[in-house]
Amino acid sequence: MSRPAHRKPEYHKINKDLFVLTYGALVAQLCKDYEKDEDVNKYLDKMGYGIGTRLVEDFLARSCVRRCHSYSEITDIIAQVAFKMYLGITPSVTCNNSSRTEFSLILDKNPLVEFVEELPAGRSSLCYCNLLCGIIRGALEMVHLAADVTFLQDRLKGDRVTEIGITFLRKLDEKKYRRKK
Amino acid sequence: MADAALFEFLHTEMVAELWTHPSDPGPGGQKMSLSVLEGMGFRVGQALGERLPQETLAFREELDILKFLCKDLWVAVFQKQMDSLRTNHQGTYVLQDDSFPLLIRMASGLQYLEEAPKFLAFTCGLLRGTLCILGIKSLVTASVASLPTCKFQVVIQKT
Repeated sequence: MSRPAHRKPEYHKINKDLFVLTYGALVAQLCKDYEKDEDVNKYLDKMGYGIGTRLVEDFLARSCVRRCHSYSEITDIIAQVAFKMYLGITPSVTCNNSSRTEFSLILDKNPLVEFVEELPAGRSSLCYCNLLCGIIRGALEMVHLAADVTFLQDRLKGDRVTEIGITFLRKLDEKKYRRKK
Repeated sequence: MADAALFEFLHTEMVAELWTHPSDPGPGGQKMSLSVLEGMGFRVGQALGERLPQETLAFREELDILKFLCKDLWVAVFQKQMDSLRTNHQGTYVLQDDSFPLLIRMASGLQYLEEAPKFLAFTCGLLRGTLCILGIKSLVTASVASLPTCKFQVVIQKT
């Protein structure tokens, strides 16, 4: 019997599916453990936070990002480098306030929900992808940035797009970078 | 394409979290968390099995299926092949990985030996789930003598 080559495209897909399927199994298990949607959401956020604090090291080691001088630069890096590296997608970024501390990531594709058609019955407040919010929050905190990260819109809940809101809570020290545009 | 690292981070976090809040804190608590992880691995293994290329579903011999797990599946999931496969030709197989990726981050040798089973439960379920889709009912357990080497024992259940 001839042996198939090891790098067949189907096997790449298995590897990508592994994370998405495992995540789905985790959400299903949490829905069994917790009756209230808020509790599942909180738990996903907490787990994401734990992952984010460790993921950021992995990210910094693999990418060669230079020091950022503004929150919008940081948000661009999250969308264009981090999301691309780990999930293969590039959300678009919008800034929501004039002081440039509130941003949105708009995801028009979301690999995490590839196998999810709709939220489970009775789970209309479930933020299925809440792990992502925790990951971003945890990663930012490890680089000394406090931020609130939540889902502002969710396609699984019937919204037009999936939108993650990032609100930076403390201003970076601007003295050093006054020279920059 | 989700990076392999993401799965490893998620797995580590699941092991940490599912361990610290057993739903039954009694002496059976430890077992329940391991079986929850194994159960999750089983469901994922089944789902992965359903996505395998068509030709893999045409295996004729049990040994071919085990070889497939050791080579193709292991490479797809862990980017390396299983290091050895032994069998007594009577339905018991021992699959050995000399540097199992989910154990690599832990110190090598005898430290943390007690913790190792938590990191193997999900993968045991994964193997059992994939075998299930390929038509084989099995019992999969794992043992570690010295990190990061581990052995998965597959015992085929004759119905």
